Amino acid sequence: MRKQHKYMLLATLGWSLAIPAPSQSQEIVHDKAPAQLERMVRQDCGSCHGMTFKGGLGSPLLPENLIAYSIDDLTTIILDGLPGTAMPPWRAVVSQRDAIWMAQYLKQGGNN
Amino acid sequence: MDQLPPTRERQTVGTTMRNCVVACCVLFLGACSSAPSSLRGTADLATVIARADGQVAILDTTAHQWTGKVAGLGDLSHASIVYSRNGQFAFVFGRDGGLTKVDILNQTIVGRAMQAGNSIGGAISQDGKLVAVANYEPGGVRVFDSQTLDLVADIPATIGKGPDRSKVVGLVDAPGNRFVFSLWDSGEIWIVDFSSGTTPEITRFENIGTQPYDALITPDGRYYIAGLFGEDGMVMIDLWHPENGVRRILDHYGKGETRLPVYKMPHLEGWAVAGKQAFVPAVGRHEVLVIDTDSWKETGRIAVHGQPVFVMAHPDGKHVWVNFSVPDYDTVQIIDTESLEISGELKPGTGVLHMEFSPRGDQVWLSVRDDNKVIGYNPYTLTRFAELPLPSPSGIFMSHRAGQTGL
Ligand code: HEC
Repeated sequence: MRKQHKYMLLATLGWSLAIPAPSQSQEIVHDKAPAQLERMVRQDCGSCHGMTFKGGLGSPLLPENLIAYSIDDLTTIILDGLPGTAMPPWRAVVSQRDAIWMAQYLKQGGNN
Repeated sequence: MDQLPPTRERQTVGTTMRNCVVACCVLFLGACSSAPSSLRGTADLATVIARADGQVAILDTTAHQWTGKVAGLGDLSHASIVYSRNGQFAFVFGRDGGLTKVDILNQTIVGRAMQAGNSIGGAISQDGKLVAVANYEPGGVRVFDSQTLDLVADIPATIGKGPDRSKVVGLVDAPGNRFVFSLWDSGEIWIVDFSSGTTPEITRFENIGTQPYDALITPDGRYYIAGLFGEDGMVMIDLWHPENGVRRILDHYGKGETRLPVYKMPHLEGWAVAGKQAFVPAVGRHEVLVIDTDSWKETGRIAVHGQPVFVMAHPDGKHVWVNFSVPDYDTVQIIDTESLEISGELKPGTGVLHMEFSPRGDQVWLSVRDDNKVIGYNPYTLTRFAELPLPSPSGIFMSHRAGQTGL
C-alpha cells in the first residue's frame, strides 16, 4: 500500500499548490445562501454520494451512516477531504460556515 | 400514460381483409384520440434526463420542442441511456437500480425492473437482445432480455474468490456480443462473452491499476480504454488480441506533479477523436490530453478553464467541446483540433452537465442544470436557436446512438 501514502501526500500538497490555478485564484470563498448550499449538497456531493445520499462511488451519507461522527468531524472531512480516497477537500469552494451547514444538513437527514 | 396508439407492427399482423379493416379503424381512432404523433422515425429525437423529478423528456431536434415527458423513473442522478436497435426504445439506467424501458415515440414506460440497490450505467449487446447494467450495490453486472427485461445472467464482481464484491464502472458493449467493464475497488477489467448463449464466458484481467473510474471503447469496437483515478495514466485492451493483455498508456502524464482536488469524476463516454488524435480529460488538472492513436503516446496537453468532465468531438472532427466540474461548470470551451488552441468559449448558465451533437453536427444541445434549461446551439456560429425548460436536466442522448458501438 505504498501507493496509498503517495496519494495521501499528493492530496495534501494538491491543495496548497492549487491556489495559482485559474479558477481557484478568486480571492476568498464566500458563504453561500441556504438554497444554494442545499442544491450543492444534493447535486454536487450527490454526484458521488447519490442525490438521496444512499451512496454511489462515495459512501452513503444518511444519518444512520454518520452516527459515529460529530458535526466537527464532518466539517473537517468536508473541508479537508479523506486523503488517499476519492473524497476531495472542498476548502477551495466551501467556506467553514458552509461546511458546518452541510454537516448539520446531513446529520439531520436533509432538514435544516 | 397507457393510451398506446397502434404501431406499425400491430397493423401488419392482420392479413385477412377483416383484420385489415379492424386495424384501419383502430388506426383511425388512434389518430383521432390524443395520440402524440402520427407515424414518424426517431432519428432526430433525443431523450433527456430531468434528474430532480425522475422523468425523461423527448426532444424533437427538428421542431425544437419536447414531444412529451415520461415520469416515474425513480432516482435519476447520474442516469444514462442506451437505445434498442430500432431506435424506438430507450433503456434508462437510474441511480437507484431502476432499469426502465421507455417507448420514445409513444412516450410510455413499457417495462421497468428494480434490479439492484445502486447502479451506474449500462450497455446493449451488439445483437440488441441483451441489456447489461453496471451495479455498485451489489457490485456486479446483471444482464436482461431487452424484450421482456427478464434476468438472463447475474455476474457478481467478486474480488479474488469473494465474498467481497467490487463496484463496477465503465461497462460497454463490444463486437461479438461481448460486454467489457472495470472493477473500481480491485482494479480489474473483465470481458464477458455472450456469443454462445446466455451463460457467458468470463475473462479477467487483474492488477490493471488503481481505481479505474470509467472507460470507453473506440467506435470500431477494437480498443477498450479505462481511466485510472488512483494513479496516473490509462490502460488499454486490444479486443482483437485480448491474449496480449493490458497495456499502460499515458503513464507519464502528471508524474511528479500535483493534482487538484477532483470534485467530479471525469467521463470517458464516447471517443473524442479527430484524425489520428484522441482527446481525453486529465484527472485533477485543468488540462485536456492529446493522444496519437497510432503510437498511443501523449502528443500534447491543452490548458483549459477547469477540470474537464466531458470531452466530445464535433462529428466533423474540427473541434472538440469540453465542459467542466464544479465550480467551473458555467463554461464550455471549444478546442480547434488543428491548432490545439481554444477557439471559442460559451457561458450558457450554471451547471452545464452534458453536451450532445446531432449526428451530422448541425446542432449541439447543452443541459444547464441550475437554470433548468436545455439549450440548442449552432456549433458553427455559436448562436442559440432553442431554449427549452426542464427541471435539473442532465444527460442528453440522441437516438442515433442505437447504431453505435459503445454508446
Ligand atoms: C468525487 C467523488 C466525491 C464527491 C464529489 C464527494 N465525495 Fe464525499 N466521499 C467520497 C468517497 C469515495 C468517500 C469514501 C472514502 C472512503 O472512506 O473510502 C467519501 C466520504 C465522505 C464522508 C465520510 C463518510 C463516512 O461514512 O466515512 C463524508 C461525510 C462525505 N464524503 C461528505 C461529502 C460532502 C458533504 C460532499 C460535497 C461537498 C462530498 N462528500 C462530495 C467521494 C466524494
